[in-house]
Amino acid sequence: MITLSINGEPRALDVDPATPLLWVIRDYAGLTGTKFGCGVAQCGACIVHLDGGPVRSCVTPASAAVGRQVTTIEGIAEGSAGLHPVQQAWIDEQVPQCGYCQSGQIMAAVALLDRIPSPTDADIDRAMSSVICRCGTYPRIRKGIKRAAAAIAQPEAMESDDG
Amino acid sequence: MGKWTRRAFITAGVAAGGVVVFGVAIRRGDRAEKVRGLVAADGEALFDVWLKIAPDNTITAIIPHADMGQGVHTALAMMLADELDADWSTMRFQEAPAHKEFANYSLAREFSAPGMDFPSWLIDTVDGVFFRATQAMGVQITGGSLSVRTTGQVAMRVTGAAARAVLLEAAANEWGVPVSELGAGNGMIRHAATGREAGFAHFAPAAAMLPLPDKPALKSPDEFRIIGTSPPRFDVPAKVDGSAEFGIDASLPGMKHAAVKAAPVFGGRVLSVDESSIQDFPGVRKAVNLDDAVAVIADGYWQAHKALDKLAIEFSDGGNGAITQESIFERFAEDLDSAAAEGRENSDFVSGDAAAALGAAARVLEAEYRVPFLAHAPMEPMNCTAWVHDELCELWLGTQNPLGFARQVAKAVGMDPSQVIVHNQYLGGGFGRRAFDDFAIQAARIAANAPYPVKLVWSREEDMRHDHYRQASISRFRGGLDAAGNAIAWHNHYVIKHDPEEAPHIPYAIANKAIVYSESETHVPWGFWRSVDHSLHAFFTESFIDELAAAAGRDAYEYRRELLAGESRFVAVLDLAAEKAGWGDSLPANVGRGIAIHRSFGTIVAQVVEVEIVDGKPMARRVVCAVDPGYAVHPDNLAAQMESGIAFGLTAALYGEISIAGGAVAQSNFHDYRMLRMNEAPAVETHIINGGGLLGGAGEPGTPPIAPAFTNAIFDATGIRIRELPVSKHELRMRDVEDVA
Repeated sequence: MITLSINGEPRALDVDPATPLLWVIRDYAGLTGTKFGCGVAQCGACIVHLDGGPVRSCVTPASAAVGRQVTTIEGIAEGSAGLHPVQQAWIDEQVPQCGYCQSGQIMAAVALLDRIPSPTDADIDRAMSSVICRCGTYPRIRKGIKRAAAAIAQPEAMESDDG
Repeated sequence: MGKWTRRAFITAGVAAGGVVVFGVAIRRGDRAEKVRGLVAADGEALFDVWLKIAPDNTITAIIPHADMGQGVHTALAMMLADELDADWSTMRFQEAPAHKEFANYSLAREFSAPGMDFPSWLIDTVDGVFFRATQAMGVQITGGSLSVRTTGQVAMRVTGAAARAVLLEAAANEWGVPVSELGAGNGMIRHAATGREAGFAHFAPAAAMLPLPDKPALKSPDEFRIIGTSPPRFDVPAKVDGSAEFGIDASLPGMKHAAVKAAPVFGGRVLSVDESSIQDFPGVRKAVNLDDAVAVIADGYWQAHKALDKLAIEFSDGGNGAITQESIFERFAEDLDSAAAEGRENSDFVSGDAAAALGAAARVLEAEYRVPFLAHAPMEPMNCTAWVHDELCELWLGTQNPLGFARQVAKAVGMDPSQVIVHNQYLGGGFGRRAFDDFAIQAARIAANAPYPVKLVWSREEDMRHDHYRQASISRFRGGLDAAGNAIAWHNHYVIKHDPEEAPHIPYAIANKAIVYSESETHVPWGFWRSVDHSLHAFFTESFIDELAAAAGRDAYEYRRELLAGESRFVAVLDLAAEKAGWGDSLPANVGRGIAIHRSFGTIVAQVVEVEIVDGKPMARRVVCAVDPGYAVHPDNLAAQMESGIAFGLTAALYGEISIAGGAVAQSNFHDYRMLRMNEAPAVETHIINGGGLLGGAGEPGTPPIAPAFTNAIFDATGIRIRELPVSKHELRMRDVEDVA
């Protein structure tokens, strides 16, 4: 038995604490937005936030998340029905194709913008080059990050932009 | 994603709640001969595509294709909506279930249409073994860049236009006015003279009673209002908040989890399994011997995975344990040599007399090219949830061929195909891999041994080592130039032919061509890989034409352009790419520019790549892509597919290599089968020409030209001609990507 705080909610889960956080989130907490891609921290499909910072949940034992805030793709929206500016930018730029890697891409992008509100191309390369997209949506991810950065900086200005 | 029940299908017409349904039907007596024979009895109808009109005037297109990121649901709904004159804001979609009634008879229908340019591998599927054996079981394939080309053109537009025609007729009847005085637009019908106006839904029940026109008039491109625009895709919102359900996200009450390990060497079998080695593992239910693989079922996936890792299994190697990549290439070379020596080559395309022209040429160039096996490596590893209960086998998975899977799974578990129900989920990448049913058969066989649903998830290592691979190949060229450097002979002999048939053909006006091939079997399973044979032949042919241009001392673009004289659509695409790329503008010393053009799946694509050599590593900085698909149904999505096809092909060109050691695949995960990453991804500009004629594909044609455009740019920058992929094998020293996680 282990108790985790996932998206602000305490969850008591009957699972071996050595189990990777990925499988605990997916199979025991039932939150399937976080994806399995490689199992060896090579692809980034499994990125979640621990206390706001990005981690590869496929190689992070659940025990390492005890007493910390776990945030998944299901938990980043602001307000009850809203979207995080990164999610909205992903829609506006029509970023996803197959969509499988996008939870990890979005979680990495949100963490980047939390740390660097106006990232340069080099910042984006550094933060995002460890997250693989097999559909090759990289140019749109880059645009999406820049759009989200602008939206966060000037929320009103973006509202009239229908993209 | 909406659900569509068999019952609702049977009661189609005016359904419960006043919903009215229209479909394109192919009935006995259809003039298309090959289709006619597929319908079992009088009165039986086979439907491709449906549209539903609800009382609130929302319109739902029911679409028989899977979405794997190519935006097909949106594009197809647009084609229907435009012909119907629907209000796009009220359009919805459902993916059709895997029932035979939804089979792609448009494929068969189109096949029967004279003069249709149709990929031969699909003809085989449509008209070959499956249909002969099972007559009306049907196919429902997503692949071959065909969704828009066949379902869209043949079924969606016809359905929309036919429904519009009967809606207008019903309105004319009700209002007592001639049809010619009525207009339709934005989901409404209007009579201008009297100012009367009502929504489609108002007329739908009466319209459903009218006979649908056999050949409704379709719009000409200048009448399109929705086709040719770029509305947001239906599938995107669910893909940004984690709610999109992929195969791996299926969850059923009481479900258990399975991990699997197949014999590492293709052709190997399970010799022994010692289940006692995992008897103390927590959560483990049982091991299942699948003859060529072993699965472990446990309460959680991680428990199954860990136990499988420790399970003592002995595999045979099927007699293939000594095969290496070197021995495979040696075999290819021997088979090419002996076929050439004995004149046993298979003819692919021949015009003029290449041998005589080579004999008379002022100059003969020879070159040999090689490409390796390639894995698909979609981001979602193979997985399938199976539940065998009540004489049914239900499957939850992402598949490009649900009906084909149902047939093969039925065979594997001893059921009738009607007992297998496929619940198709979003595909976390397909690229051809999810047309192969091995993982679904495994899941069904595992579940047949269990009283509960079982979710089978392959590890990345299993996915990498048990794919169906793009073939490795050797292709040899001899090119003849006359004294002025003009190409007069093209001789190409390559090993292993799959599809499409025309992949090695070239559009260039060279008077004497001989394109021939030899077969050379390997034990490595083969599979359709994005653009199939085009993926290798475009690299071969567009590299060698570049060699001829260089040997003639001519500009690579101008040389191609002259040889394309008479192929005006090719010239237009080539010119557009060159112009937008600034072909001929000066570049820094460490930057090169390369060009390539290739037609596949009916779409012509030219790409110009700028490569910067950084610390010995070629970095593609910019790709200018010109594309003529006939008509771009959804231009932004076409651009997205070009960006995607370019990244896919560039990944393969730069890094892609599956090699065989000890009969097995040597690579295992993304550290040794590397993917293009953000810092290596070029900026891509796509420029579209609506050249008219038959619609071409979008999902695949962006891939073939990128490898040769990239390596031709490396040649321009360095003088090094890359004749064997991947580029990372070559002396341009590759700089490792820092993992910045």
